Formats: sequence, structure tokens, C-alpha cells
Amino acid sequence: MLMLAFDTATPAVAVALHDGRAVLAEATTVDARRQGEILAATIASLLARVGLRPADLSVIAVGVGPGPYTSLRAGLATAHALGGALDIGVHGVCTLDVMAREAAPACGRDFLVATDARRREVYWARYGPGGERAEGPGVGPPASLPASLPTAGEGPWLYPDTMGPATGPRYPSAGVLAAMAAEAIGRRVPLLPPNPLYLRRPDARVPGPVKRVTPEPTAAPVAGRE
Amino acid sequence: MSGPLVLGIETSCDETGVGLVRGQDLLADAVASSVAEHARFGGIVPEVASRAHLEAMQPTVQRALDGAGVRLRDVDAIAVTAGPGLAGALQVGVCAAKAYSLALGKPLYAVNHLAAHIAVDQLEHGPLPRPAVALLVSGGHSSLLLVPDLAGEVVPLGQTIDDAAGEAYDKVARLLGLPFPGGPPIDAAAVSGNAAAISFPRGKYRDGSYDFSFSGLKTSVARWIEARQRSGEHVPVADVAASFQEAVVDVLTRKAVDACRDHGVGHLIIGGGVAANSRLRALAAERCAAAGVAVRVPRPGLCTDNGAMVAALGAELLARGMPPSPLTAPADSSLPVTSVLVG
Ligand SMILES: [Zn+2]
Repeated sequence: MLMLAFDTATPAVAVALHDGRAVLAEATTVDARRQGEILAATIASLLARVGLRPADLSVIAVGVGPGPYTSLRAGLATAHALGGALDIGVHGVCTLDVMAREAAPACGRDFLVATDARRREVYWARYGPGGERAEGPGVGPPASLPASLPTAGEGPWLYPDTMGPATGPRYPSAGVLAAMAAEAIGRRVPLLPPNPLYLRRPDARVPGPVKRVTPEPTAAPVAGRE
Repeated sequence: MSGPLVLGIETSCDETGVGLVRGQDLLADAVASSVAEHARFGGIVPEVASRAHLEAMQPTVQRALDGAGVRLRDVDAIAVTAGPGLAGALQVGVCAAKAYSLALGKPLYAVNHLAAHIAVDQLEHGPLPRPAVALLVSGGHSSLLLVPDLAGEVVPLGQTIDDAAGEAYDKVARLLGLPFPGGPPIDAAAVSGNAAAISFPRGKYRDGSYDFSFSGLKTSVARWIEARQRSGEHVPVADVAASFQEAVVDVLTRKAVDACRDHGVGHLIIGGGVAANSRLRALAAERCAAAGVAVRVPRPGLCTDNGAMVAALGAELLARGMPPSPLTAPADSSLPVTSVLVG
């Protein structure tokens, strides 16, 4: 098996190649605005580094968020097209679960994962001591979450006064994502479909009545007006 | 038919377009539009468009391949709209195109949407005359361009300083209680109206520039309608539509013909969604004939945003030996028209 795994649901573009037993190559670039510029080139360079071609890939695992939509879709659009062109399977994994997997061993108790959702909110989920998701994923203000719990992800770095003590990784690791996906595939546990976890509706407002451009006359009423 | 097979991807606004071109022959043009999802908002909602692009991309690519009777591995190059357009929408197409380029090991051409609107005419009317003047009008752009050579040099002459022409159509349609997008219903209503009934202002008509302005026109239509309503009079929808349309089309064609005359250019290409408008086509034909300018307008289906236009431009750049774009090429929502190809 040759798995390509990547995640663009946070400011990090995380990419890894995995052979079913171990990570062959991995790269992470943190740049919140350039996921779409970095991702494909990183995949190409990792493949070159291990001397393999795109046609050698047998499966793709992609982080499905939650995360800021434009960067999240950079990963998913890439995954869909690669999967389609190479005719290989594409599986989704919740990005917060990937960080939880890495954070759990050091926590030993309940903890949170919280990432930047912009607009002064975070994407979050709550996990038990073993790293199993207990609640979420959700989106909301940091103050709505229990401040006493250790928190992985960028949340406590962005909101140090409101969020619990920072723990675990700040960004997801594509190597961990790949390991989780490979393990699930090996045990025939279903993964998620490769679709974004949108936790907010699009910003759109049905327009009200047409606004007048001429002021209402305040002088004597014009004859004939209704 | 011979020549390289180019796959073109367009996601700059609300249409997910995938086209296949061999040489300059159109093989397939598949479009999935999210316009119905935007209608109740009276305009394009960027996030709604972006979500729709991600969902529609794979099925639309498959539809184009099936329509052309080719397989993805037969494709020789991938072209994609890099800008201008909605940032989130562009991103979906650009990332998909890069993934195809990487998976197939074929070159990527990240191109300019406006230049693609010009290039598409080659699929119908043969090689572009050099030089040409191009008038591009849609809901997102209103530009007048001097095109010495599409692959080498595009010079902006003028553009809208406020609303795009298509935007003005949308707003006036709303004032008249007509559906979004406003172009087709206004064009249809205008057929039975009197274009000389109301004299609406022609913004920047004789200011000597090639720039356009449609915001003042929209406001005077609103004023005119309100005055009628205030005095309890019936609003003659067909006459307002025809008179408004005449004001838009009068300015567009006048400036386009002026640009041809001033630059000694004998060919005008018209493109963009508004180029599907019947009155624009008729008046452009009339005025160009009088000025001795040959006018070319692609058929309506190729005027609106589509993937074939992107494939057509990609095929032209490939044929001219232009170096392809790197996998790091950015989607650029405000890509200038002088950048035909993102290097
Ligand atoms: Zn367009």
C-alpha cells in the first residue's frame, strides 16, 4: 500500500506518504493563506524524495475539517481530483481527531481540541482520556468551552486568557492522519466520506424590499397620491 | 481532427465549467450552474458558489469526458482560470487542475478569465485577427481591451468605474420585479417595449475615455420608477426595460467602435454573459458595419462562463510554445488582464 495523506483545515499544509506500516516522508508548511499554492507542489516533492510516481499511490486520506472553508476545500478539491485521475479510493478523517490522537497519551484525562474558526470563534471537540471523541465537533466562542481542560490545537495559543492550558500539537500531523487511516482500513473500520465538515451556513441574506433612492417628500402631499 | 487535447476548468463565479478542445476544435463543454441557489438572494453568494463547485467538479469533468468520448489519460494539458473572480470559487478549480496535472504528468496552464472570453471565439470563427479590440461584458466585468496578440499582449483600454453592466441589469430587474439574473428577462421584456420612451442618462458617453459607468443609470431608473409609483401611475415594464437596455448598449457599442477607430483596428470581438443580449448584438452589428469594422460574437452558450473558453486559451498558449505554469501558481481574485498566463 502507498497512502497519500494530507490536511489543509488549519494554517498548516500537512502532507505525508505512508506504506501501511510507517511514514515514508512527511512535510508541514504553516501558511494560512497559501494552502492552494503549497499543497500540490509538496505532494510532488515528497513523491520525488522517495522516488515514486503519482501512479504508484493506492489510496488517499484527507482531513475533512472542520476548518476555514477556502483552505479546507483546497485539500478536498485536490483529493477528489487525484482520486478521480488515479482511480483510487479517497477517505476522510476529522481533523480534530487527528490532533486528539497525538494529544491523548500526554493528557491522561479529558481534553479539548480547538482550532481557529476566525470571527473570534473556534472549531472544537471534547475527548476522553483514550482520545475517543466524546462531544463535537462544534463551533463557538472560546469562552463557551470549559477553561479547566487541557486543550490541543491553536485555540489556546490564540485565546490564552480564555482557553485551558495548551497541550499536544498545535496543528495536525499528516503522518498521524495516515497512520489512523491505514489502521482503520486494515481493521475494515469505515472512514468518513471525503466531504467538508461545514459547521456554519453560508453568509447570505435574502434581500428586503427595494430601497428607495428618492427621499419621501415632507412638504404638502401631492394631489393624487394614494 | 488533430492537435493536443486540452481540458479546461472554469470556476471563477457560479458556473462549474469543464471543456475539452483538440487543437481549436470544441469536443465537449459541460457546465453545472449554481445560479438557481443564488436567485433568492438577488446576487451571487460566494460561499454558496464555492460549495457548489466542489460538489459539481468531478461529475462535470466526467460529463465532459463522456461527451467527447475520451479518457482522462488522453488529455495532453490542463488549463484553468486563475483569476479574476471570486477567491474561494477560483481555489476549487485551481486545486483540481493542479491535481490533474500532477496525477497525469501533464502541463498546467493557469490562465486569465477575460482572455479566455476572447479565445473562445476561435472555436467558432477561426484564428483571431491581430490586432483586435475586445468588449467583454458580464455580471462581473465590463472591459474594453486592445489585443495585439492574445498570447503575447493584452492592453486594457477602459473598464467600468462602478457597476459591471450585468450588475446593472440585475439591479434594474429587481426594481421591475423581474427574476435574477436580470439579463435574459430584461432582454425579453424589452422586445415589446419602446426603447425611445424614456431618455435615461448615458454615463461617460462623451468623456473621451473608454471607461464605463452604470451606477448613475441604475439610480435614474430607480428614481423614474419611484416617481411613477408615488403619483400612483402604472410602471410600463417593457418601456423601462427597453429604454434602460438601450442606454447600456448605446454606450457599450459606441465606445467599442470608437476604440476600433482610434486604434485603427478592423476587428471587434464581443464576449461575456451580456454578449448573449440580443440588442447588444444587433446594435454592435449595425454600428460596426457603418464604421467598416468586422464584428465577431461567439454563440450565446460560449459567451457565458464555461470551460471550453479556458481550454481554447490553454490550447492557444500550448500551440504557441508558452512555458506552463508551476504547481505553485496562485489563484488570484484580482488578476490583471495583462497577465494572460500565470507563470
Ligand atoms: Zn466571465
